[in-house]
Amino acid sequence: MHLAYPAVLAALLFCTGLYGVLARRNAILVLMSVELMLNAVNLNLVAFDVWLRDTLHAGQALTLFTIAIAAAEIGIGLAIVLMVYRNRGTADIDRLRDTAEGHEPAPTTDAAPTADRATGAAA
Amino acid sequence: MSALTLAAGADPGFLSPTGVEIAFVLVGIATLGAALVSVTTKQLVHAALWLVVTLGGIAVEYLLLTAEFIAWVQVLIYVGSVVVLLLFGLMLTRAPIGRSPDADSGNRWAALAVALASAAALVWVVVDAFRTTWIDLDGPAQGSTKVSGEILFRHWVLPFEALSVLLLAALVGAIVLSRQSPADAPAGPDAPAGPGASAGSDKEHR
Repeated sequence: MHLAYPAVLAALLFCTGLYGVLARRNAILVLMSVELMLNAVNLNLVAFDVWLRDTLHAGQALTLFTIAIAAAEIGIGLAIVLMVYRNRGTADIDRLRDTAEGHEPAPTTDAAPTADRATGAAA
Repeated sequence: MSALTLAAGADPGFLSPTGVEIAFVLVGIATLGAALVSVTTKQLVHAALWLVVTLGGIAVEYLLLTAEFIAWVQVLIYVGSVVVLLLFGLMLTRAPIGRSPDADSGNRWAALAVALASAAALVWVVVDAFRTTWIDLDGPAQGSTKVSGEILFRHWVLPFEALSVLLLAALVGAIVLSRQSPADAPAGPDAPAGPGASAGSDKEHR
């Protein structure tokens, strides 16, 4: 098999994930796009490992490690997103502008009761 | 893609593909299409379900590259648990079931430009660099479970154990982040009656 096939597929998948990270508004969809990018890198690692016939099989070992780290990342990321949703009542990343420069702080006082209600219903 | 295919007249040849290559390209097209639908669909739950197709397609690509152990790990961890976690996350943040017109933010055209530019650059570089490189898939499978176990527990034991500690830390961190702190456990005076209020009172009784 030509090495160009898996390499091109991995590049295209990576750029698809890049588009998703930049264009999506919901934080969970951004996490899904990050998973796509990680999978593209994994495909590259496996293809180059099979091509190089490494005796240590570093590519496959690193792929397993990347999969485990991605699982840890998605767990922590979802916990953070759920906590932000519980506190703010939204998971849209372009409404979380507290640290943005050149903007007034968003009025969060009217969002707090809805957040409390959401928390109560989720608990 | 066809122009690139015609341009590269390497020794095994892009024009006489083997069966593995044909299968790889077909599964790759399906995978890429599912990924594109997954990042562009307006329905949030459908995005997670198309992600299942994408990750399953990548597992099939691993199988075609003779890395069978990684293929099954991919199916177990990604399709089995990560997508379920994402679906639970969508459910707990009350993602709308139908079409949500604000799924894409305002900078989607800039994102499209960046993605297309990087795709063009990466594909050009990769095709230019590797169009005459040939993966030899014959012989014993290089990613069988036996080989993977041997290399993992002979050469990669220390990173493996460190990774288990990292997973434990991530687990503890996720639990700490997602449980309610006792400071905000008692509900406010305007707390609605119902399951939320009873849960709050449960916390107070403890």
